[in-house]
Amino acid sequence: MTSEFRFCPTVDREGLRIGGSGSGDRLKGNGRRPLEPGGALDIAEIASSPEQDEDTMNNNGLQTYKSRNRKNEPLAHGLGWFSIALGAAEFLLPGGLASVVGVKKRRTLFRLLGIRELISGVGILTRKNSTPWLWSRVAGDAMDLALLGTALAMPGTKNGRVAAAAAAVAGVTVLDVMASKEHTRRNGSAFEGALERDLKVRKSVIIDRSAQELYDFWRNFENLPRVMAHLQSVSRIDERRSHWVAQGPMGVPVEWDAEVTEEVSGERIAWQSVPGSKVENRGWVRFERAPGGRGTTVTVEMEYNPPGGGAGAVLAKMFRKDPTQSIHDSMRHFKQIMETGNIVTTKGQSAGRKMSTSKKFDYPVPDAQQFERLPNSEFAHS
Amino acid sequence: MKANCWYGTRKMSVEEVPDPKILNSRDAIVKITSTAICGSDLHLYNGYIPTLEKGDIVGHEFMGEVVETGKDVKNLKVGDRVVVPFPISCGNCFFCKKEMFSLCENSNPNAPIAEKMFGHSPCGIFGYSHMMGGFAGGQAEYARVPFADVGPFKIEGDLTDEQVLFLSDILPTGYMAAEQCNIQPGDTVAVWGCGPVGQFTLQSARLLGAERLIAIDRFPERLKMAQDKHGAIVINYMETDVYEAIQELTGGRGADATIDAVGLEGHAAGPVGMIDKMKTAAMMENGRPHALRQAIMCCRKGGTVSVPGVYGGLLDKMPIGAVVNKALTIKSGQTHVHRYMKPLFEKIQSGQLDATYVITHHLPLSEAPKGYEIFNNKQDDCIKIVLKPGM
Repeated sequence: MTSEFRFCPTVDREGLRIGGSGSGDRLKGNGRRPLEPGGALDIAEIASSPEQDEDTMNNNGLQTYKSRNRKNEPLAHGLGWFSIALGAAEFLLPGGLASVVGVKKRRTLFRLLGIRELISGVGILTRKNSTPWLWSRVAGDAMDLALLGTALAMPGTKNGRVAAAAAAVAGVTVLDVMASKEHTRRNGSAFEGALERDLKVRKSVIIDRSAQELYDFWRNFENLPRVMAHLQSVSRIDERRSHWVAQGPMGVPVEWDAEVTEEVSGERIAWQSVPGSKVENRGWVRFERAPGGRGTTVTVEMEYNPPGGGAGAVLAKMFRKDPTQSIHDSMRHFKQIMETGNIVTTKGQSAGRKMSTSKKFDYPVPDAQQFERLPNSEFAHS
Repeated sequence: MKANCWYGTRKMSVEEVPDPKILNSRDAIVKITSTAICGSDLHLYNGYIPTLEKGDIVGHEFMGEVVETGKDVKNLKVGDRVVVPFPISCGNCFFCKKEMFSLCENSNPNAPIAEKMFGHSPCGIFGYSHMMGGFAGGQAEYARVPFADVGPFKIEGDLTDEQVLFLSDILPTGYMAAEQCNIQPGDTVAVWGCGPVGQFTLQSARLLGAERLIAIDRFPERLKMAQDKHGAIVINYMETDVYEAIQELTGGRGADATIDAVGLEGHAAGPVGMIDKMKTAAMMENGRPHALRQAIMCCRKGGTVSVPGVYGGLLDKMPIGAVVNKALTIKSGQTHVHRYMKPLFEKIQSGQLDATYVITHHLPLSEAPKGYEIFNNKQDDCIKIVLKPGM
């Protein structure tokens, strides 16, 4: 188990996180993992205050809060930068480096090794899931040790220097293996982990409206396309069931039916797609009074199994329909419409180019529309 | 309509673009009668502000006549004469309710970009990059104003455009810069930069009771204005060491408040200036903070350093040790313009406050690119340019 707080530990204990336990059998056939129908969210646990898994409780009772979105990974970052520095040196000064290591000046080989290092380094530093890229360093270390071993047998090799270089590589290998194992432990196996972060998203936002108002908006799922640019429509089937249509990758719509699994008016809602849906997904949202009368803290968690599995997620990302970003944007838009009655857009404004907005910089905004309950503006020049 | 658009570093061009439309129910369309080039527009011009896109309409200091209102704008009607504040603010969020309008949580559609740079996003701003919302600006014949029920300030009476235009930005900016220094009787206030914001800062500091003003610049016409208009002791930093001069003027104590009205494109005498210039050129820092460094060093112990100057990213060699060991307070922020419009308007109306003296040039909108050039190069004793779409 991982060492983080669980707002809904049931989900994790039942192994519903993709790759959470690293068990490969969850990824079947086309790479899609069925969400188990028995794993309904235990809403009582969602609502409870942060609780800690017994196995991670520190012996002095310390409970530290850790975000689901992990960024602070000093060892991995250090190794990433090391890869880039070494890669640049190998690529730019292959001859110099060969003499330092004490081997023959095989510049092309050194340049290729340099490119390998650069790829690993950039992967570690820029990809959300650095696990496979860390393992690529371990493989690289093995390659380097093998090459150094071969070099020992060749004429023109300075054995003392090669031995020192091998010792250095072995030292770095220890760090690489440590970092890779730690990441694998936390994220599941290297490649399953790559999927997880994009597919399970948590976001929290404070909104200056009552929990009940916010709950009422959300519970009427037909409202959600107004704040979620990636949804085309949601229509009500009955009190508990609704039909959802979303924009899939390449503009192909994807549809599914969802069912409310738990609800407490004014506090929380959990829902999930009905078994056998094309896009299996589940989510919960919680509304808590913010301290000091500052409105309501809304926390949402959504978990997707997008069409095409991991490939679908990667494609979606290329078309700027990254689920993580979509959820973050949606929560911002939810806040805007509840607080101001509008979601400010720039689509359709004047510009000295063909497009009114910038494809490169501007974030997607749901089509301009107005919320019927427009809050009064609370400021006047006075 | 005609609008001044950005097409690259030092490439501005007035182009024919589509007229603006109402896009949200709280929008209004304003026919612009006067608009100005701000010192901070020069940062866009010189390519220091990231996330600009070719064809962006620039400009954030403008006023004019309401020609259309969205259905939820109840306080304005067609024909109203308004000054538009440069920050776009919703009036409903936590920050707007606390009158911290430039920190509005709901007006920047591209908040995630700013969050990456700053941790959290400020409000949207007209014509000031996509990081600040990507809103079309006001150096144009017409502008679309979001949250028009909150921002635009109605001007009644017969004051000229020139008298009230600067309520949109630089007059409140100078005022807030001085106000946040908590000026006490007997205080000495030193201001770096004697451009329009520097002038209004000096003027506001005087209004708020500063006893002595020190103004620092290198352009004689700007120093002359600071001396003649505000009775400031003026220092040309090319001629003398600013720290030594302020030490002498304050009996070795330093100024009670120091204000950086220069921002990220500072200029310094000697090798320090060269080093920062090289570093910004190599993108090793995002600004040349000479004025800010000096303002920190020259501030007395326990004093306030106020920063109306614009900075956008990372700076090098900030004397944070001086901030800690001298117990300094640093105050900054994009201006909460809405908060100051009415009180400053009343001062203008009563004749207590005049802002027209900074204007050195009137140009037709069609000559905006030329305006940028002369303002950037400080040619022709240029201090402030007002553009007239109707000229």
